[in-house]
Amino acid sequence: MLVGVLETRKIFGGETETAKMVFYLLAVVVLAIFFTGLVKRVIEYNHGRRPASFSWLRRRDARDIPEVSERPKFASSLVTIAANKTVTKSRKKVGISHLLLFWGFIGLFLATSILSLDYDILGNASRFITGHTYSFFQGPFYLGYNAVFDLAGLAALVGTVLLVYRRWFSREIQLDYTRAQRPEGGYSRAKIVIGDQVFVVGLLLILITGILIQGLRIDGEGFPSFERWTWLGYLVGKGLVTLGVGSAGARAIHAWLWWVHVGMALAFVAYIPWSKAWHMLASPTNLAVRDLATTRRIPAPPEGKTGYDSIDDFTPRELLGFDSCTKCGRCHAVCPARTAGAPLSPRDFILDLRQWVDRSRHIPLLLDTETRPVASGPLAGDGQLVGDVIVDKTLWSCTTCMACVEICPVGIEHVPTIVQLRRSLVDRGEMDPTLQSALQNIATQGNSFGKSARMRARWTKGLDFPIVDARKEHVEYLWFLGDFASFDERLMSISQTLAKVLNASGVSFGILFDDERNAGNDVRRVGEEGLFEMLVEQNMEAFSKASFDKIFTTDPHTFNTLRNEYPSFGLDKPVLHYSELLAILMFTEEVAPRSLGRRVTYHDPCYLGRYNRIFDTPRAVIAGLGCDLVEMPRHGANSFCCGAGGGRIWMDDSYLEERPSVNRIKEAQGLGVDYFVVACPKDYAMFSDAVKTVGIEDSLKVIDIVELFAEATEATELVDV
Amino acid sequence: MRIVVAMRQLADLVEELEVNDEGTDIDREFVKFVSNEWDEAALEEALTLKDELGATVTVVALDEPDVDQTLYAALAKGADRVVKLTGNDPDTWVRSRERAQRLASFLAGESFDLLLTGVQAADDLDGQLAGILGSLLEVPHAAVVVGVEGSDSKVRVIQEMGGGLLGVSELDLPAVLGIQAAKQTPRYAPISRIRQAMQTGEISEHEVELSDASAQVKVRRLYPPESTGAGATMLKGSPKEVAAEIIEIIKSKGLV
Amino acid sequence: MSVDVLVIAEAVAGEVPDVTYELLGKGRELSDGFSGELALVLAGEPSPQNLFGAADVLYSMSGMEAGYCAPQWEMSLGEVIRSAHPKVVLVSTGTVGIDLAGALATQFDGVLASYVIDAVMEGGSLVVTSQLYGGKLLSEVEIDSFPAVLSVVPGSFASDVGRVVGEPRREVIDVGGSLSSAKGIAIELREPDSSGVDITAAPLLVSVGRGIGSKENVELVAELAEAMKAPLSASRPVIDQGWLPKPHQVGKSGKKVKPTVYLAFGISGAPEHLEGMRSADVIIACNTDAKAPIFEVAHYGTTLDLFDLVPELTDQVGG
Repeated sequence: MLVGVLETRKIFGGETETAKMVFYLLAVVVLAIFFTGLVKRVIEYNHGRRPASFSWLRRRDARDIPEVSERPKFASSLVTIAANKTVTKSRKKVGISHLLLFWGFIGLFLATSILSLDYDILGNASRFITGHTYSFFQGPFYLGYNAVFDLAGLAALVGTVLLVYRRWFSREIQLDYTRAQRPEGGYSRAKIVIGDQVFVVGLLLILITGILIQGLRIDGEGFPSFERWTWLGYLVGKGLVTLGVGSAGARAIHAWLWWVHVGMALAFVAYIPWSKAWHMLASPTNLAVRDLATTRRIPAPPEGKTGYDSIDDFTPRELLGFDSCTKCGRCHAVCPARTAGAPLSPRDFILDLRQWVDRSRHIPLLLDTETRPVASGPLAGDGQLVGDVIVDKTLWSCTTCMACVEICPVGIEHVPTIVQLRRSLVDRGEMDPTLQSALQNIATQGNSFGKSARMRARWTKGLDFPIVDARKEHVEYLWFLGDFASFDERLMSISQTLAKVLNASGVSFGILFDDERNAGNDVRRVGEEGLFEMLVEQNMEAFSKASFDKIFTTDPHTFNTLRNEYPSFGLDKPVLHYSELLAILMFTEEVAPRSLGRRVTYHDPCYLGRYNRIFDTPRAVIAGLGCDLVEMPRHGANSFCCGAGGGRIWMDDSYLEERPSVNRIKEAQGLGVDYFVVACPKDYAMFSDAVKTVGIEDSLKVIDIVELFAEATEATELVDV
Repeated sequence: MRIVVAMRQLADLVEELEVNDEGTDIDREFVKFVSNEWDEAALEEALTLKDELGATVTVVALDEPDVDQTLYAALAKGADRVVKLTGNDPDTWVRSRERAQRLASFLAGESFDLLLTGVQAADDLDGQLAGILGSLLEVPHAAVVVGVEGSDSKVRVIQEMGGGLLGVSELDLPAVLGIQAAKQTPRYAPISRIRQAMQTGEISEHEVELSDASAQVKVRRLYPPESTGAGATMLKGSPKEVAAEIIEIIKSKGLV
Repeated sequence: MSVDVLVIAEAVAGEVPDVTYELLGKGRELSDGFSGELALVLAGEPSPQNLFGAADVLYSMSGMEAGYCAPQWEMSLGEVIRSAHPKVVLVSTGTVGIDLAGALATQFDGVLASYVIDAVMEGGSLVVTSQLYGGKLLSEVEIDSFPAVLSVVPGSFASDVGRVVGEPRREVIDVGGSLSSAKGIAIELREPDSSGVDITAAPLLVSVGRGIGSKENVELVAELAEAMKAPLSASRPVIDQGWLPKPHQVGKSGKKVKPTVYLAFGISGAPEHLEGMRSADVIIACNTDAKAPIFEVAHYGTTLDLFDLVPELTDQVGG
């Protein structure tokens, strides 16, 4: 190429050798700080407890149900991360802003890296070896480089501006840092707010100064025509000219603004491991190693222990998860406990653990931390993990509905950690008296109602056909009812209805009579692992006495544990939910339902929908019955918990400002439907109460899906509302 | 301080109790047995005293259905030693007098400061254990105890005297106390701890031979009471409606 | 004539309880069956307004310390029994009965029947009905060897039959001398702490039981009580858990109440509690268990959840 037409620019804006040395020195310091933080954190994760047999590294389990409990493959994780899928999933606008910022900065990072490769490495090395400075940062490469990476700059700028705007002006609940659990003596989260601002405004300033110095440089160089390829800088330069910044002025401003830009950028790099910015590395890593199966299948307690009570109990994945949290607050917004006024917010839970871990491991957080006038909870040095760092009532507030895990854009699994902490409370015998008596009842009678096991089949009385005893006769389906469908007076008639429907359709089914025990899903989630294991043994023993091909359950909670947890104890039979069985009857044309023509809404039970991804089947049944389904705003994977799960149904809920079930009924109230269809006995119990509390039991009738089914197939009339 | 807690199994009142063919006892074959709830209070009181003052707690029980469960649970909760007295037929009704004699035979070879047991049990037709045992052992005793404060040679007990009146007295040690209520709700024993106790703990067995059968009341028959047939008028409707009805009833009496 | 039936008066704090008259009435009937005498034993001096006419003999144990100490009572009553030599001793299943019936029966090598709700003479034998298994079963027992001790459930017999004006023959037995060898001393009687509340006088009582679940929840019912301007009372488990102080307790071991209206929330109706409130004019019970015994004595009932009903009541009363 001809000299003078060589399209390139001076690096360092033409600064002196001294400036170069200063820059390199700074860069070395910055990288040292950055890598110190990085190494410190990796060492901290490495401290984590490796669960037995390194199963945390195992990627796949052939028996797992795809989508539900299969760990993502590396490639699909990459796609998830690259497309910001989890960020975009529930909040499109925020997600797209983040996507622009994400790719914009990756572009700018690449740009800087290329430049550094050319100038700092290739240039310096070649000069040192040959005496000549080689560079590829010229000609068409230079032009293309500028054209492409200016686009990245613009994307980052737009994304960042949108996010800054949201930070400043949004009043959404997820950005409200008020704690759900208020420590005595007060607290302040001002530093967290400052941390957020430093992060996002800092990024914005780096971007703006970067774009400005580009414009100033081009202005200062008198707009060489090839710099039109540097379109963003060229435009900004032209803009500066209209503002009266001439060529000389531009050079003068550029001289110092360049240092401002570089200084901020370097400072930011050093800042990353000590702040919220760390999520840029932690979150994608966490997404790549997350294991959704652990929520469906609660992991065992640490070896030789009953639950978590020390910092050494957390696994590397849990520790990484804490650091991945960006305080986006989506979990805070969807949590039924937080919504109801309980002291649990999944966000605060993770933040508290993070602050505590950082404190205990002596990792300083510059900002992004809570302060308290009296050091307490996670900020005190001497507290117990369970009880002080995380208080009992917070742990007991969780319904294990999994809404937080579902919505978390960075793949944090809150629920298993909560259960591990609860286990320590159970071990110490610290729990609600009502929960204690429920557990005692389950331990002695096998059911939470404290009724004699022989009463379990009492609901069958009054049926005009006998229910087969699966222990005496082979059946296709073993029906596992669960406690509520067996013992709750209100639900026994629904069990009868289901029995009638199945009997009329000629389904071969039987029950275990007094040998059925509570399946233990909620017992396990309460944290009573020993009792859970005992129940599994008793039920497996009962299964071994019976002869059947498949199991179906009434209760989605039961369904979850039988389907996802019992296989590791030896259960090798397919497990269905009764809504699936109804669908089978309907679509194999065993029954010909008439069209009901009702307007209904459907509530997805957490353990059926979110946990086991059964969204469409019940909807297909409802549609097949000729009902017009009107969805609630929160449905499918975003369904809102009734408040009964995770053992909450055995605990006192009178301290709540508004029970989740009432919140949910109010959501359905405006839909103009007559029926609130459920597919879970606990839902039926909770929502039947809630419609009364709201006072609309005359206009909104809670109905089980099988009751609709029975009406359509047996031509029985429902009472009109 | 050395504390012995006498515990026992009892037909679970949750069950439908049926009468045996002779009509003189409950049908024990299909009934579930659980530990007597007042004995649980006695154990809790003993464990609380252990926590407060330091003590060894020995739990002793006759050979009755599922008694091992109760003894392992006691170990899981913090008892130091559990003893099962054998020699009785586990499937028959052991009356209070015989129970006391068997316990006394064991306790004769045991040194203790306090013996705690439940104030009563739902089938102690021939009297409550604490008094009988105290008399057999010729040591002071008190029942319906709701408070125990120990010291070296004496124990201060608080008894409920009815009508809210509390009787405070001081007994020489050793003493036998029938516990009505412990200082706190009986603690929960996580199943994993009970299972651990089953693996590592040991139930020592001690055979008791009774030579003389004491005078016993003869049970002619056992039968369920006739239902009174009375009962409440049940109010139906939503909380709102029921509340309105209740307020109406109260108002009709000139109140509120 | 010899003394055949001896009734132990459980007048620990001086006042003779109702059940003593019940026992006197029954004791009269039994002693007539034996054609012997009926005696009553009392700690200390009888106050003149007492109506012990049903008894033939009145033993006064003199020299007893104030207060109650089980070993002292056992020793003193032992002396009385040795001197009176009764065939049948009647006591109630109150604290004195639970403390001493078994000990005395053992000491005198007699038989004992507890939880007695009825006793009749059949020939030379005594046929006794007892409540077992929390009232789920009754047992009929034949007693033909004596002495026999019967520990009777209060409320089983009519008390007015035993409340007769009259002057039984007085026998004073001085126990003071031997008491020094008793292995215990009485310290004090603690009067129920009645600071602030008097649940016995109110025409309306709002009462709460085990079903309330926790101390925090008691507040919910307390709000209703306040709105109704009624005292808050409770059944035994609530007091035992320390959720409310003792003066609030209704029942055998608490206070007997007789309000015009008694509202019971989360109370299942254990015999201990029923004894304290069954004579209320109107009983309204709220319990989710439709089979709870409280519904046997209640006039109105609902199986609604108290957590739904109570706030609603508070609202409606307040508004």
